[in-house]
Amino acid sequence: MPDTQAKQVVELGYGGNERLMMNMGPQHPSSHGVFRMILTLEGETVVGVDAVIGYLHRCHEKLGETLTYVQYPSIASKTDYVAAMTSELAYVSAVEKIARIDVPKRAQYLRVIAAELQRIASHCLWLGTWCLDMGGALGGGATVFLYAIREREMVLDRFEELTGARLLYGFHQVGGTRYDVPPGWDTKVRETVDFIEQRIDEYEAMLEHNTFFRVRTQGVGVISRELAQDVGVSGPLIRGSGVNYDVRRAEPYSSYGDFDFVVPVETEGDCYARYRVRMVEFRQSIRIIRQALDGLPAGPISSRPGVKSVGQVRVPKGEGYARVEGARGEVGCYIISDGSPKPYRMKWRGASFSNLAVLPHIVPGHKVADVVAIMGSVDPVFGEVDR
Amino acid sequence: MSTTVADASARLRETFGVEAVVDGALVTVAVPREQWLPLGSFAMRELGCRYFNWLSAIDWKEEGLEVVCRVENLDAGLVLTMRTRLGPGETCCASLTGLYRGADWMERECYDMFGIRFEGHPDLRRILLSEDWEGHPLRKDYAVDTPFAPYR
Repeated sequence: MPDTQAKQVVELGYGGNERLMMNMGPQHPSSHGVFRMILTLEGETVVGVDAVIGYLHRCHEKLGETLTYVQYPSIASKTDYVAAMTSELAYVSAVEKIARIDVPKRAQYLRVIAAELQRIASHCLWLGTWCLDMGGALGGGATVFLYAIREREMVLDRFEELTGARLLYGFHQVGGTRYDVPPGWDTKVRETVDFIEQRIDEYEAMLEHNTFFRVRTQGVGVISRELAQDVGVSGPLIRGSGVNYDVRRAEPYSSYGDFDFVVPVETEGDCYARYRVRMVEFRQSIRIIRQALDGLPAGPISSRPGVKSVGQVRVPKGEGYARVEGARGEVGCYIISDGSPKPYRMKWRGASFSNLAVLPHIVPGHKVADVVAIMGSVDPVFGEVDR
Repeated sequence: MSTTVADASARLRETFGVEAVVDGALVTVAVPREQWLPLGSFAMRELGCRYFNWLSAIDWKEEGLEVVCRVENLDAGLVLTMRTRLGPGETCCASLTGLYRGADWMERECYDMFGIRFEGHPDLRRILLSEDWEGHPLRKDYAVDTPFAPYR
């Protein structure tokens, strides 16, 4: 390299005028999965983002076309593996919608309890890992992570008692649920949620009185009301941007209309607003669980006989889209049936995919360290992004 | 802007001359390919469907591909499913990216999986599969056990 050229690069580099391409990921700890961002930087400021996804792609939609309505629900949990209960529920709800299969009241309540416990477990993991990402600012970092994971373990223990599995449950089946509650389970669930409720106050005291936490989250990663709708984000992201949209209210499923709960809405649209929405959701989920346990009706847990063969569920010709409010937002399943035991076409509407699509619109203008905070507040699960 | 389901289907009939199928809050409307973009624009500007939910496609084998898009008016609780048939062997469709920013990734996924070329998309490249992938997996003629190029 000629001397003049080398000199020029050095000068530009130190002056901060040159643009630098930086790879973040695919194996970056803050992505909580495999996700690559090609950042264009001017000094420490991000000016462009190219998001590269697909590292975990298994083509669930093709898989859904090759598996029967009996086989697929247990695979559905592998899309959003952090909130497996809700993704299973989306699939079986779509099948029940097309085939007009009724679900007994007891099964509906059990689904609500499972979904809300799942939301608590998922939010615990989000809170822990997000605070771990912003580590230094919280004076040690791993503190919240360890506390939140401890609470999540308690919920997973309840799931283990219910289904025998801790992460991927296979709890739902077309027409109801596969398992009924074991004896004494409701008492344990009540104890668990009582404990977690008390702990949430402690997290809030720990985080909201921390100036560093506020500085790193307030005004960072603002999603406007218009952008939120335009990109189609859902869950805590859209509610953090001032849009009162919750599938449990917009299109109540599985007896959600029976329960009294509040849908939290914040208007700032920043990381802190999304944090606040999720903290309120913790408490509302606990509230719903208590109501569902109090009112748990007696009766069968499924309107259909137990599974004997893979082709047992027959669905008439038709199509339907069913959606549920997962921990990350609207999880939907669109199925077209041609009358055979397998769907002709199945589409997943993954909440994380749409939520992540907002990143290129909100990250530019922020510092590299803020990218981590924004990523964590979006809370993507890459099994669901890539499907 | 508040729009009722009955009002929406009447206005769709008036503007596009097609009968919408109404099921509760869900309005489904199918238009010819040429009217895809005008329909998207009408849904957004006239019916207030500002929430972009998802966009996907269906391969109907000999009958060709169909593009499906779901948009919503959250204030009025109106859900609109827009559909268009591209015709046998056709892979071109107008892009909705000029109307909805959410269409960007959804159309890229659709291109990746079905090979539909969205005209007017600013950056139409594969999103889930790698750039050198051959074929479009969600086409019905793509076998599940198609080997990946280097391992054929």
